[in-house]
Amino acid sequence: MRFGVVRFPGSCDEHDTARALAQFGEVRLLWHTDRNLEGLDGVVLPGGFSYGDYLRPGAIARFAPVMEAVADAANQGMPVLGICNGFQVLCEAGLLPGALLINVSRRFQCAEVELVVENRNLPFTKACRARITLAAKHQSGRYYLPPERLAELERQRRVVFRYASGEAFNGSVGGVAAVANERGNVVGMMPHPEHSLGLGGRSADGLLIFRSLVSALEGKGGNG
Amino acid sequence: MATAERQRADLAQALALGLSEEEYRRICALHGREPNLLELGVYSLLWSEHCAYKHSRRLLALLPTEGPNLVAGVGENAGVVDLGGGVFCAFKVESHNHPTAVEPFEGAATGVGGILRDIVAVGAKPIAVLDLLRFGGTDSSRTRHLLDGTVQGIAHYGNSVGVPTVGGELYFHPGYEQNCLVNVLAVGLIEERPAGTSAARGVGNYLYLLGARTGRDGIGGASILASAALGEDEESKRPSVQVSDPFEGNKLIDCLAELQSKGLLVAMQDLGAAGLSSACAEMAAKGGVGLSIELDRVPLREQLAPFEIMLSESQERFAAIVEPQNAAAVEAICSRHEVSAARLGEVIEEPFLVIRHCGEAVGELPVSALVDGAPRYRLKVTPRQVPPPEGELPSGSAERLLLQLLSWPNIASRAPVFGQYDWLVQGRTVVGPASGDAALLALPDGRGLAVTLDGPGAIAAEDPRGGALATVLEAAANLACRGARPLGLTNNLNFGDPDDPAVAWELAESVRGLAEGCRALGIPVVGGNVSLYNASPAGGIPPTPVVGMVGLAQRARPLAPGFAKEGLTVALFGPFAPTLRGSELEAVVGRRLPGRLQLPALPRAREAVEAVAQLVGEGRCLAHDISRGGLLVALALCACRGGVGATLSFDGLAELAGGLAEGEEGWWTVAFGEGPVGFVVWAQRAELEALSCFGPLWELGSTGGEALVVEGEKIPGWLRFAVSIEDLRRAYAALHSLIS
Amino acid sequence: MARRARVLIRPKPGILDPQGEAVERALPNLGFAGVTNVRVGRLVELEIEDPGQLEEICRRLLANPLVEEYELQLLDGNG
Repeated sequence: MRFGVVRFPGSCDEHDTARALAQFGEVRLLWHTDRNLEGLDGVVLPGGFSYGDYLRPGAIARFAPVMEAVADAANQGMPVLGICNGFQVLCEAGLLPGALLINVSRRFQCAEVELVVENRNLPFTKACRARITLAAKHQSGRYYLPPERLAELERQRRVVFRYASGEAFNGSVGGVAAVANERGNVVGMMPHPEHSLGLGGRSADGLLIFRSLVSALEGKGGNG
Repeated sequence: MATAERQRADLAQALALGLSEEEYRRICALHGREPNLLELGVYSLLWSEHCAYKHSRRLLALLPTEGPNLVAGVGENAGVVDLGGGVFCAFKVESHNHPTAVEPFEGAATGVGGILRDIVAVGAKPIAVLDLLRFGGTDSSRTRHLLDGTVQGIAHYGNSVGVPTVGGELYFHPGYEQNCLVNVLAVGLIEERPAGTSAARGVGNYLYLLGARTGRDGIGGASILASAALGEDEESKRPSVQVSDPFEGNKLIDCLAELQSKGLLVAMQDLGAAGLSSACAEMAAKGGVGLSIELDRVPLREQLAPFEIMLSESQERFAAIVEPQNAAAVEAICSRHEVSAARLGEVIEEPFLVIRHCGEAVGELPVSALVDGAPRYRLKVTPRQVPPPEGELPSGSAERLLLQLLSWPNIASRAPVFGQYDWLVQGRTVVGPASGDAALLALPDGRGLAVTLDGPGAIAAEDPRGGALATVLEAAANLACRGARPLGLTNNLNFGDPDDPAVAWELAESVRGLAEGCRALGIPVVGGNVSLYNASPAGGIPPTPVVGMVGLAQRARPLAPGFAKEGLTVALFGPFAPTLRGSELEAVVGRRLPGRLQLPALPRAREAVEAVAQLVGEGRCLAHDISRGGLLVALALCACRGGVGATLSFDGLAELAGGLAEGEEGWWTVAFGEGPVGFVVWAQRAELEALSCFGPLWELGSTGGEALVVEGEKIPGWLRFAVSIEDLRRAYAALHSLIS
Repeated sequence: MARRARVLIRPKPGILDPQGEAVERALPNLGFAGVTNVRVGRLVELEIEDPGQLEEICRRLLANPLVEEYELQLLDGNG
């Protein structure tokens, strides 16, 4: 199993993400100018501050050459996971609906959060329990989608994770912490599975996300 | 402009730049003639207190700087210790006090950026940051403004650049109202690549400037801000504050890491205080060579005069020496990282900085005069007597005072602050900021690196030497609570105006205290920083020697914070001899309490600290160092953090109380007194008995239930109480309302 | 000949703006009463050869049309 982890100038969590994935397969770090995703079974856009979060988080990274390849691969059904800044890039790129705005507190928030797993039928969630605990660390994680579109998203069961505390954590409408595209192969999530691997006696639920992905790919036969 | 700069500068201009008359004459003598304005500007920065340590150099020579694991020490950009197994740890603390008082967000952010670059300059990858913040009383709106901006500035830089902020200290005291403190400790790892050096060598090798474009940031900042006490008119100082760009910093760190790993750099040096001028002077001095510099080749943000280019403190810049055959490779790598690389000049044989602008010579400076020529002043000291130990005892119940102390700004939970820091990035944080004591990071081979940053309590104002020594002991005790043994110490000396003999005495005494502590524990000082002139017309800050310490644990153990399991025996351990004087209770009560600082015999202190490190390291017990607030607060923190209560009898402490002071005072001192080398330890009883071979151990009771209960036949009535964990936690959450 | 342009970007009506709210809350403490409806946005200034491209630049990069609206000002001469 081969995974790609994309690095933009300013990405921070690419190495932690790669290390987490390396437990499950081979990992290739992709530079933002790479256009070739050949041989990869899945792609992850990691957390961090691509381009310094300048203009808007993810606003500049979405135009990186690698994103064309990611969009093509996504359209062909490749699993694509955006974590935190990666989620922001996917929304800016139009691969996922919505936008991530500054937290209601206006401050960076770093904490372990309990999440309700709303959809356990996606490649990224099949191994998850009904509730999991993951690290969340971001300043612009407030998910926004106009009410009618959010209602439609909920109806389509495309809200993947919801903060157990609802809107209280960062003001996300409906407490949305992660959403999926129509097909279900592209997911963006604000919490960080790569920082919930059990270090320091903290939650190891991040492994469930990666394990889900691996079994989903194995089920499909994978790429090699 | 160039013509004016090349004119001979005179005494009046020297004074305007912050130099004294004697310094000006000394410069002329060393320089060989009267310097021109550009040259004098460079001297004024390199001879500023911040860069030249004029008032502290003699004293710093008292600090022990040798150690078996020390690879690089004082004089380098950061200290480097050998962790064994091919891994080295670089660490250093630095302050950014004056810029933060003027513009807290950028002052704090650039402080983080600067110390990270010092770590990178020795070839290390930054893996953690700790910050020590001191402000005035929390009722002051200025304090809230500074606190808010400072924390956001540190978060902004550290989080963006991907380095976790894992610990530190937050402390409020009226003495810091006008002069806040921001001390930042950075830690880095060197593995699989050679340590970097800053010594330029190889005549003909190229001088490169990497990173951000140069602008007007901080022109004259080092000399104007750091060397002069803040006056009434801070607004006028605003243009001098440097502006951070952590995105650029991130790219630069990644780029340098690649250049280093490929062995493409002969030397590198970050541009900090005094910008290009100090970086070039340091590199040349270390290598015994000179440098030619073409200022018009420096990439600029805006039009700058030659002296501005030399003195600018624009952030996110590095100087590097590169062999000509590697120049193309270096430029290609920089281009890939989107980092600018400009070739400014080359290494020359004559030990001068030869500075040109558009083909014209604009300055020629002897390197040794710049780096070693500044005077080293002897301090005039006026000793102060320690005040008499008499004082009136507090009144009231231990329960009420305990809850008051838990909600006291110097003790309450710092979660609203560290919740703004990314303490998880890089995936090494085993014990983070929520647990108090020291942070613990996982090394690649499973061993643990413990780090702490500590400052003295109010007692240091009364007894600077004892206070400094106690801080060293406390830092080592914090490391021991993570199972780690200290490897080295970095210090930041924050003091007022050294020309005031009373302050000079505080400084001298503090250095002596640090030296004594280091010698007693066998720890070398690997480097640090001095910040003087933290004073205003209202007075100077209390003496604040800050200690950063790094230690090695055989395993990076996940240690449950506080009382997390029922049925464990709880005890007090160590040659604990606390005092009410200078305690947080004294600050809460608002008047002087009786007592004076009593330090344990140093060999006993060392033995106790090492025993805790051993037992915790082997997974046989857990420990928490008793610090602000004293024993009852320490016990309450364990209950709050772990979620399990304890039922304790203080009858066994009767002898200890009697030994500390007679009657009631003894009990007050046991309950709320502060002092070094006292631990709350909890484990299976048999394990604690093993500890008793290494120091005094008093068994108190056991963990369990949902309340903290203190009882006893021999104890006074006011000391008996039972408080629910819920009530303790409510009090402990007090800071949430301060930071909104 | 390059023209100077100014783009003002602000949160769409109805979008919660915590920065605007923080500013609004801070003003009375500084002694300013009677200030409401504070919205905090962004200003981008640039010089452009072909002002006809401005709309697209705003739509695709400078503003996020889902949550922001923008106002274009083409400045005469040197602004």
